[in-house]
Amino acid sequence: MAIDKKKDIKFLSNPNLGRNRKKYCRFKKTGIRYIDYKDPAFLLKFVNEQGKILPRRLTGNSLKFQRKVSQAIKRARHIALLPYLADGLK
Amino acid sequence: MLKQYETVVIFSPLLSEDELKTAITGYTKWLKKNKAELVHQENWGLKQLAYPIANKHSGYYFVMEYKATNELVGTLEVELVRDNEKVLRFLTVLLDKYALKYNDDKRAGLVGKSKKVSSTKKVEAASETVAPNETNS
Repeated sequence: MAIDKKKDIKFLSNPNLGRNRKKYCRFKKTGIRYIDYKDPAFLLKFVNEQGKILPRRLTGNSLKFQRKVSQAIKRARHIALLPYLADGLK
Repeated sequence: MLKQYETVVIFSPLLSEDELKTAITGYTKWLKKNKAELVHQENWGLKQLAYPIANKHSGYYFVMEYKATNELVGTLEVELVRDNEKVLRFLTVLLDKYALKYNDDKRAGLVGKSKKVSSTKKVEAASETVAPNETNS
């Protein structure tokens, strides 16, 4: 009986549930060296619904590629492939 | 020293096809005349703008890639600014070695092309499904 109780307590919640998955830079992983500013469909992954650039905290990009992503998004905005302000972009 | 640049030009949607053609050939010929080497040119056609520019909601996109001196790029941009009746907006970018490789691969139909083709196909399919509805209504 005592052993059963201990087991119950041990598995009341999944111990793996709260653990964060390790973030990674997708450009380093896939070996992409150049981010095309003429491809708005790809850049859409790095903006939120309002068209703001997502922080590294959320995307997991390395600093080097975050800089390139933000540069590409700003260029895409200039040639009207992405909006400066939007509502419900996705 | 020649460096490789890429210029995206958005032409006004009010231009007729002939006017657009003459404008485009005007710029490409101007580049060739000024000893720039035209590497590639691409016409995207009429596209919806993400936000209105000069009260226009669409524009003809044209991309040209060329090797030129930095002085020539300056004069080209002056020309583009002067041509503000036809040109809504333009952007010139200096291409680094990774960009050159990417553009070469893209032309060869390698990197990212498959992804792009599928996305454009989806868009086309979507527009096709939308079009008949519009005609019905």
